[in-house]
Amino acid sequence: MAGTTEKYKIAHPGIDRNNAVVSLRNVRKAFGSLQVLKGVDLDVYKGENVVVLGRSGSGKSVLIKIIAGLLTPDQGTVNVLGSEISLLKTRELRALRVKIGFSFQSSALYDGMNVRDNLEFPLVRNKRHLSRKEIDDAIAQVLDDVGLTQTIRQMPSELSGGQKKRIGIARTLILQPEIMLYDEPTAGLDPVTSVEINDLINEVQERYNTSAVIITHDLTCAKATGDRVIMLSDGCFLRQGSFEEVFDSEDPRIKKFYTYNFISDS
Amino acid sequence: MKAFFLRIYDIWQFILRFFREAFLPPYEVKEIFNQFFEVGIRSLSIISLTGFITGLVFTKQSRSSLAEFGATSWLPSLMAIAIVRALAPLVTALIIAGKVGSNMGAELGSMKVTEQIEAMEVSSSNPFKFLVVSRILATTCIVPVLAIYMGFVGMLGAFLNVHNNEQTSFASFFQQAFMKVGFFDVWTLVFKSIVYGFTIGLAGCYNGYNASQGTVGVGRAANTAVVVSMFLIFVEEMIIVQTQNLFR
Repeated sequence: MAGTTEKYKIAHPGIDRNNAVVSLRNVRKAFGSLQVLKGVDLDVYKGENVVVLGRSGSGKSVLIKIIAGLLTPDQGTVNVLGSEISLLKTRELRALRVKIGFSFQSSALYDGMNVRDNLEFPLVRNKRHLSRKEIDDAIAQVLDDVGLTQTIRQMPSELSGGQKKRIGIARTLILQPEIMLYDEPTAGLDPVTSVEINDLINEVQERYNTSAVIITHDLTCAKATGDRVIMLSDGCFLRQGSFEEVFDSEDPRIKKFYTYNFISDS
Repeated sequence: MKAFFLRIYDIWQFILRFFREAFLPPYEVKEIFNQFFEVGIRSLSIISLTGFITGLVFTKQSRSSLAEFGATSWLPSLMAIAIVRALAPLVTALIIAGKVGSNMGAELGSMKVTEQIEAMEVSSSNPFKFLVVSRILATTCIVPVLAIYMGFVGMLGAFLNVHNNEQTSFASFFQQAFMKVGFFDVWTLVFKSIVYGFTIGLAGCYNGYNASQGTVGVGRAANTAVVVSMFLIFVEEMIIVQTQNLFR
């Protein structure tokens, strides 16, 4: 484990091991002849941050897009907060998605709107009964939570990469989700900003009592944010457990991933 | 061949979804008016300029042919017929296809490839209603207004040329002009423009909303939106004129 300098995350005490908020069974997905997921089983428990680690193209993003209902699996079942995704009608899926926050790798801020309008967009469409003051308060609250109150009038093009990530997370938090899905939250960020984003992910877990699936290939992020780490390779889960348990392995694929990650970071 | 029919089916589904979403609440009223502004007000200057020049130049070019028969007094009615029946709706539609259609293709295409449309979906919003319905409604409603406006500006251009050569008064020019133009012509102008507006919005939104393959896809979406909508506008023009003549 030489080369790791960050502290391990202590498993969150609020995890309810009897309450799985996300359950995947034998999920398979292919694009043409390319098999991306080859029968994946996953349970995410209430209050738990699960990190899915893997190389680029290993199917990590496909996995969370299936959980969010953006992609349909070819085979298998996906149960989120007690609802079988494939059986939901559009209206029901939309209602479920209010409880799921999705932070995109590219942040996916609406570049024609300023920060305020980006945050207001999901709120006014899902909570139509809110007064102007309640909307203003909710926006101020999430901006305060991500530490970017001063950016409220700025356009996405005027924000740094780290700020965009934070605003992207704020936009999901404004609906107070039960589950957060993070797609490569630290990709393309400098080490200091990456640590800030990792801290933010843990703060969100604490403050909003969320469960999360964090997709990354960044071991520092995995170590800092994961209550449980899963190694995904060639469409299958190779190993799961705490960060130490996963990387205490003789499997050459895991050893290679670990070694190259820290060599490329240093 | 199979891909072609699959594409036609996909476009048909897109159109059906537009009508379904357009009539079902909640309505994106603010965004619809925003798009009215984008399509209408922001196109006024170019429509004014091209309309005026079209009327002026068309009159100038027609003058010599009519002068051979000593029929320059027919210019006002000739121009009214040409502008109301063909030029105003067609030129307006082509300009809006180039200006607004390409913009829609590029804007929605860019939103698609940067996952902004997916972000709207996962935040429990309806991106189709917000992005597509508002834009198609805007082009469908605004193109007829712009076509009527262009017709008026085009007639002003024609008047300027006629006035310079024959010293015809404003009232006399328009009286002669509208002697040959009936309610049916104006109704056809409005109908044609509604069809063209819908086509421009549909081509722009369909290509943008279904863009893929990164920045290359965005460029392709913008380009296809313009090419397809212009081609369809000419096909529709031919069909409408043929049909219109049956009722004349």
